[in-house]
Amino acid sequence: MLQSRMNRRHLLNRAVLIASTGAAIIGIIMLFWILGDVAIRGMSVMNWDFFTALPAPPGEEESSGLANAIVGTLLMTVTAALIAIPIGLMTGIYLAEFGKTNLFGRLIRSLSDILVSAPSIVVGVFVYLVMVKTMGHFSGWAGAVSLAILMLPVVIRTTEEMLNLVPGEMRESALALGAPYWHMMVHVVLRSAKNGMITGIMLSVARVAGETAPLLFTAMNSPYWMESMNEPMANLTVTLFNYAMSPYDDWQQLAWGAAFLITVSVLVVTIMIRLLLAGRSKH
Amino acid sequence: MNQKEEKSEVKIKVRDLNFYYGDKQALFGNTLDIMANKVTAFIGPSGCGKSTHIRCYNRMFSLYKGHRSEGEILFDGWNIVDPEVPELELRKRVGMIFQKPTPFPMTVYDNIAYGLKLHGSYSKSELDGRVEKALQDGALWNEVKDCLHKPGTALSGGQQQRLCIARAVAAQPEVILMDEPCSALDPIATAKIEELIDELKKDYTIVIVTHSMQQAARVSDTTAFFYMGKLIEHGPTHDMFTKPKNQQTEDYITGRFG
Repeated sequence: MLQSRMNRRHLLNRAVLIASTGAAIIGIIMLFWILGDVAIRGMSVMNWDFFTALPAPPGEEESSGLANAIVGTLLMTVTAALIAIPIGLMTGIYLAEFGKTNLFGRLIRSLSDILVSAPSIVVGVFVYLVMVKTMGHFSGWAGAVSLAILMLPVVIRTTEEMLNLVPGEMRESALALGAPYWHMMVHVVLRSAKNGMITGIMLSVARVAGETAPLLFTAMNSPYWMESMNEPMANLTVTLFNYAMSPYDDWQQLAWGAAFLITVSVLVVTIMIRLLLAGRSKH
Repeated sequence: MNQKEEKSEVKIKVRDLNFYYGDKQALFGNTLDIMANKVTAFIGPSGCGKSTHIRCYNRMFSLYKGHRSEGEILFDGWNIVDPEVPELELRKRVGMIFQKPTPFPMTVYDNIAYGLKLHGSYSKSELDGRVEKALQDGALWNEVKDCLHKPGTALSGGQQQRLCIARAVAAQPEVILMDEPCSALDPIATAKIEELIDELKKDYTIVIVTHSMQQAARVSDTTAFFYMGKLIEHGPTHDMFTKPKNQQTEDYITGRFG
């Protein structure tokens, strides 16, 4: 009786172990399949021209690359970060320090939670209506704004969480020395939450690095060099989307290159986040 | 014992102190004198109001909304309860050490310099001198003199707490409040802090909240016993522990409750 129950438990144990290991293996195979495919096909396109030349029309023998899309993506991401970081940090500080329980704070907190999970295409359509329609044309600015909206909630929430991790006694110690509140905030609290806040900023960059939908409606795309942010702007993700769908072999090759480049940059950002967090936990 | 022979002035005079968190009253008519250059220990079970009482001395509660206090805490002509009293100046004169060591996220040197820079401007060499003096007062100098520019968080728990004491001392307060300063430390680190307290009372008035009655007996000159927000008994430590006047005090000290 006891023996058979033990046997059943052992069998069940084994079965669950096999099932969960199997599931993990399937997931990992998928992941490496995608990464491997992107890496192998993408690497073969990596050459000097890829980073310096404009895309050539299909079938032409001349040098072809995605220089304009690389610069366009960088420009829009940096602009988006410049918009989202100050607003996001300030909002996060407000939520953690002043708006913990009041109505306004709670409202902002739940709105940014909703925004985190809002489909990015909705943000794209919103900016299309507000900016592209009123300005009459697609533009790099509109692209940057839509990316900034997507970054904002990530920065807000990580900033708030990191500030909440700073122990209350640390604040009290600074105040007990006779420090004014703002001085305590700037020199003690923000300083100890610094790495965490940088992590939030990088997470938000990683979040928008691969976004296609919002750019499709705002920056559109362009085969040319940009003169300013005030015109349709080339970018990696929409280029990837367009070229991958095209029937031309050389464009498809460029699309693989774009996919590889995006993957590598997200990987780099993620590794940097890991290193930062590891550095923080050492203290 | 020789309490009566010593002439000691009163540093803080508390009269009929009531304290409320919103509608809930936390302190009931506390009246006592804190003697200068003595160590006063506050003992009592958790939630008895001893931490609340000590936090009235530097108005640590002004941070939180909905609190209210009545009565008088007289400190050198100031009534600390009075909102007119300048808070930052008060806190410079009444320093505080907390339960958990809280080194700021900066170097050992900068931790000490933080408080100094708040209240004055010093030349580099002056600052160096004062930092060294404070670390010596905190009985930490010999251990950290070669690593002044390492992060304060790299020190051990006991060293961190002594760093916090040195940091508080650097601001040259008159009174140092300690809210269970050893509860996160091991016995050896605790012994070092207790030695330090003995040393510090030559220059400062010390009020210490402690859960450990042995600690109160070891370090303090006078002891006050709190229960349910009331100050039950207050007197020389030796008398409190050998012949308490109040039954509740005796029950607590002998471990019958709390």
